[in-house]
Amino acid sequence: MHSMKLAALVAAIVSSGALAETINVVTSFPKELTEAYKKAYEKKYPGDKVEILNKQTTAGMAFVREQPAGSRAEVFWVSAPDAFEVLSSEKLLQKLDLPAGGIPDKVGAYPVNDPEGFYRGQALAGYGLMSNTRYLQAHKLPAPKEWADLMNPVYFGHVATSSPSRSGTTHLTFETILQGEGWDKGWNQILRIAGNCAAVTERSFGVPDGVSNGQFGIGLVVDFFGLAAKNSGFPVDFVYPSVTAIVPANIGLVAGAKSSEAGKRFIQFTLSEEGQALLLDPKISRLPVLPSAYAKAPAGYPNPFGGKIQAKVNFDSNLSEARYYVVSSLFDQIITFRLKELQAATKAIHDAEKRLGGKASPQLEEAKKLAFTSPLDAKQVADKDLLAVFKAKKGDEAATRRKAQVEEEWSSKAKANYIKAAELANAAK
Amino acid sequence: MILALALGIAAFLAAFLVIPVASVVYTAFTNEAGAFTLGHFGSFLHISLMRESFANSLYVALMSVLFSSLIAIPLAYFTVRFRFRGAAIIQTLGVLPLVMPPFVGAVAMQLLFGRSGSVNLLLQQHFGFTIPFMDGLNGVIFVETLHYFPFILLNLVVSLQNIDASLEEAAQNLGASGFRLFRRIVLPLAAPGYVAGASLVFVKVFDDLGTPLVLGATNMLAPQAYLRITSVGIEDPIGYVISVIMIGFSIAALALSAAILRGRDYATLQRGASTHRRSLSTWQGVAVTAWIVFILALVLSPHLGILLLSISRIWSFSVVPEGYTLAHYATVFENSSGMIGNTLLYCGIAALLDVILGVAIAYLMLRTRLPGRRFLDLSASIALAIPGVVLAIGYLRTFKGVTIPFTDVALTSTWILLVVAYAIRRLPYALRSCIAALQQLHISLEEAAENLGATRARTVRRIVLPLMAGGILAGFVASFITAAVELSATIVLSTSASQAPMSYGIYLYMQSIAGRGPGAALGVIAVAIVAIGTYASHKLLPVVRPELEGRA
Repeated sequence: MHSMKLAALVAAIVSSGALAETINVVTSFPKELTEAYKKAYEKKYPGDKVEILNKQTTAGMAFVREQPAGSRAEVFWVSAPDAFEVLSSEKLLQKLDLPAGGIPDKVGAYPVNDPEGFYRGQALAGYGLMSNTRYLQAHKLPAPKEWADLMNPVYFGHVATSSPSRSGTTHLTFETILQGEGWDKGWNQILRIAGNCAAVTERSFGVPDGVSNGQFGIGLVVDFFGLAAKNSGFPVDFVYPSVTAIVPANIGLVAGAKSSEAGKRFIQFTLSEEGQALLLDPKISRLPVLPSAYAKAPAGYPNPFGGKIQAKVNFDSNLSEARYYVVSSLFDQIITFRLKELQAATKAIHDAEKRLGGKASPQLEEAKKLAFTSPLDAKQVADKDLLAVFKAKKGDEAATRRKAQVEEEWSSKAKANYIKAAELANAAK
Repeated sequence: MILALALGIAAFLAAFLVIPVASVVYTAFTNEAGAFTLGHFGSFLHISLMRESFANSLYVALMSVLFSSLIAIPLAYFTVRFRFRGAAIIQTLGVLPLVMPPFVGAVAMQLLFGRSGSVNLLLQQHFGFTIPFMDGLNGVIFVETLHYFPFILLNLVVSLQNIDASLEEAAQNLGASGFRLFRRIVLPLAAPGYVAGASLVFVKVFDDLGTPLVLGATNMLAPQAYLRITSVGIEDPIGYVISVIMIGFSIAALALSAAILRGRDYATLQRGASTHRRSLSTWQGVAVTAWIVFILALVLSPHLGILLLSISRIWSFSVVPEGYTLAHYATVFENSSGMIGNTLLYCGIAALLDVILGVAIAYLMLRTRLPGRRFLDLSASIALAIPGVVLAIGYLRTFKGVTIPFTDVALTSTWILLVVAYAIRRLPYALRSCIAALQQLHISLEEAAENLGATRARTVRRIVLPLMAGGILAGFVASFITAAVELSATIVLSTSASQAPMSYGIYLYMQSIAGRGPGAALGVIAVAIVAIGTYASHKLLPVVRPELEGRA
C-alpha cells in the first residue's frame, strides 16, 4: 500500500518534471500586459510555466546575446522592429513556421510580419498626441489635432517629448514626420515643436507619465500609452494626427533556447483569437494584429483595419534604418543638449510675432530661418560616407573621431544659430 | 576549529567581496590583451555624456549635503542648546525619513511638488507663480535631501552634546552671544560630527541608483554604470570605469570622516558636563516651532504622498486625488504576494548569514589571538564603501558562466547572488552590533564556565550566545530592514519577475501608468515592514547609531 503510494508520488514528480516546461520571455512591456498573458497562458497550458524577464529593449538584446546557446531565454517580445533586425542578423532568432491564422500580411503598406519569417507582428502601434484635458482647460489651450498644431505659440512650455536616442518609439515618431513631410520641412516642424517643449525626457515613459499626472499638457507618445491612461480613467485624450504610421510590435523565438517548442506554443497563443483579445484590456489598450479581434472591442476603439486611422505615411523601414543613428544623434546635438537656447530663441520669435502683429520683418524671417533649420540638409543626409561614419563599429577609431567632429559641428552651429536668432527676433522691428 | 572558522569566513569574504570588487578594478585598468592601460579612463573623459554625468553626480551629491545641512544644523542646535517643548519631535524627525526609501517616495513627490503637483497648483491659484522643485536634477536633490538629512542631524546632536558647556558659558561671560557664539565656539567644536554626517550623506547620494532611475534622471554616474553594463554589455569597459570612480569617491569620503572622527575628542575637556539649556524668548520660540513644523511637513510629505497614491483612483492635475479605493492593495496581493514572500525569504537568509558571520568575526577578534584577525574586520567593513551597483556588476563579471553544481542552471540567473549581495552589504551593520554586544560581556563569565569544565564550544553555546542575544537580534533587524528596501544591487541582479523581491516590484510597477497605484501600495507595505523593524531595533538598542540605519 505504502509502496504503491510512493510509486505514484514518484511517478507524479517525474512526470511533472518532464512535462513542466519553463518559457522565459524577455520583454520591455509593462507589468499589466505581461501579467495578463502569463495568467491566461498558464491557465490554458497548466503544464508550462511562464517566467517574465522585464528588461529595456537594448538590455534585453544584451541579455539574450550574453547567454550561452542552449540555455537562452525562449521568447523575445518588444516593440522596436530594429531590435529584431539586429538579433536576426546576429543569428539569434529562429524561423517561425506558424500559420497566419487570419492575420493579414500588411497593414497599409507596412508588412506585419518579417518577410524572412524570423519574427511576427503581435500588436500594432501608431503615434500621436496625448493631452491632459484638465491641464488644457486650466491653461485655456485648444486640443491639438496635428503635429503642426504644436508649433502654435500658445503651446510654448506645455509640450513634452523624449529623444530618439533614448527610445525606439520616439525615434519612429520623428522618422514618421521626416518621411511624411520630407527631410527639410520635417526638421523645420520638429524644431518648432521642440522649441515649444518644456522638457525632453530621459525615458520615453517620462512623457505619458508626465501628461497623465498633469506635469505636461501635451506629449508625443505611442498610442497605447495614451489609450491605456485614458481607459484607466485619467483625464487624458489621445488623437492620431494624419501624418502617422502604423507599425507592428513584434515577437520572436530565440535561437539556442532551452525549450523552443514551448516558446513557440507561447508565441502561437499570443497570436491566437484568445491572445489577441487580451490586448483590448483597458489597462493594456493595444491594437490587435488580428482584424477579427476588433469585433469584441468597446465602441470607439481605434481600428487600423477599419479605415478610421488614416496612415498617410508609407513608412519606409529601409530608409529609417539607413539613417537611424544620424537622426538620433542630430536630434540630441541640436535639440536635447541645446534645449535651453532653442527655447529662448523660440520665445523671442513668438514675442516678436506678437509685438509686430503680422507686420513683415526681414529680421524676424532671418531669425526663424536660423532657429528652425537643421544644420544637415536633405542632400547631406543622403551622403553615403556620412551614413557609414555613424554606422561604423565601436573599435573603428577614425570613424569615432570623425563622428565626434561632425557632432561637435552640429552642436556648436545650432547653439550659435539659436543665440543669433534670439538676438535678431528681439531686435526685430 | 578556530582556524577553520577563520579560514571559512575569509574564503566567503574573498569570494563574494574581495574578488568581485578586484575584478571590477582590474577590468577598468586593463585592455583586451590583459595589459595595464589608462585608455578606458581616457575614453570616459571623451564621451560628453560621461563628463556631464560625472558633473551631475557631483553636483547632486554636494547640493544634497548643502540642503541637508540647512535643515539639520538649526534642528540639532535647537534641541541641544535650548529649552523648549519640541525636542521630542526632533527625535522623531531623525528617524521618520529613514523608514521611507527615497525611490519609493520619489513618484509621490512628483505628484506633490512637480510642475503641476499639489503645491504648485496651489501656488499658481493663489500667487500666480510656481517653483521648479522637481525639474530634472532638482527632483533628485530634493528627494535625497529629505531622506538623508538625519545622518547629519544625528551625528551633530551627538557631537554637540559632547561639547563642554563651560566653554560656551565662558564665551558668553566674555560678551559673545547669538550668531557670534554659534560661529566662533559651537561651530568649530561640532565640526567633526558634522563632517562625519555630511560625508555619509555625500556617499549615499553619490552611489544611489534607484532615485535617479525612478525620477528619470539617467545622466548621472550610477544610472550610467547600470545602463552601460545592462545595455551595452558586461564587457563594456566604461561601466567599470564608472564603478572605480564611485568606489574612489566612497572610500575617500568615508576615510575623511573616519580620520576626523578619530580626532573628535580633542576639544572636549570634560565630556558629558551638564549642559545648560538656554530659554527662548517668545518670538524666538514661535520662529523655532514654525521651522520645526515646516520641516516636519516636508519630511512627512513622501509618506503622505505614497499613502494617498496607494489609495487613490485617479490623481491628475489636482491638489488631492479624487476617489479612493483599496483595489490597488487587492492587485498587489493577487499578483505580487510572491514578491513580499521573496523579500522576507531573501532578507531573512541574508540577515541570518550576517549575524552568524558577525558573531564569528566578533568572537575571533575579541576572544582569540589569531594572527591577521583584524583583516576580517577590515575587509568586512570595506563593504560599506562599495556601492550596491558596483558589487552587483562585480558579481555578474566574476560569476559569468558559473553554473550551480550538478545542474546547468547559471548562478547569475538565481536569487542566490541577490541574497549574498544583501548579506555582504549589510555585514558591517550586523558586525558592529555583535562587536558591541560581545564587548559588554565580561570575559570572567566565560573563564568561570571553562573552569567548571565546559569546552570552548559549549561555553559559546551556553554562555556567550545567550548573553549576546540582544545585540545579535538588533544586528539581524538592522540587516533585514535595510536589505528589504535596497534597490541598487537588486535591480542589476534580478532576472525573472517571479524571483524578484518587493523593491524590484515597486520599480517595475512604477514603469506604467496603470501600475502606479499598485506600485505605491507595495511601497506602503515595504515601508510598514521597515517601520516595524526600525521600531523593534530601537527597543532592542537604546542608542541606535546613525550608521546602523544607513541604506542605499
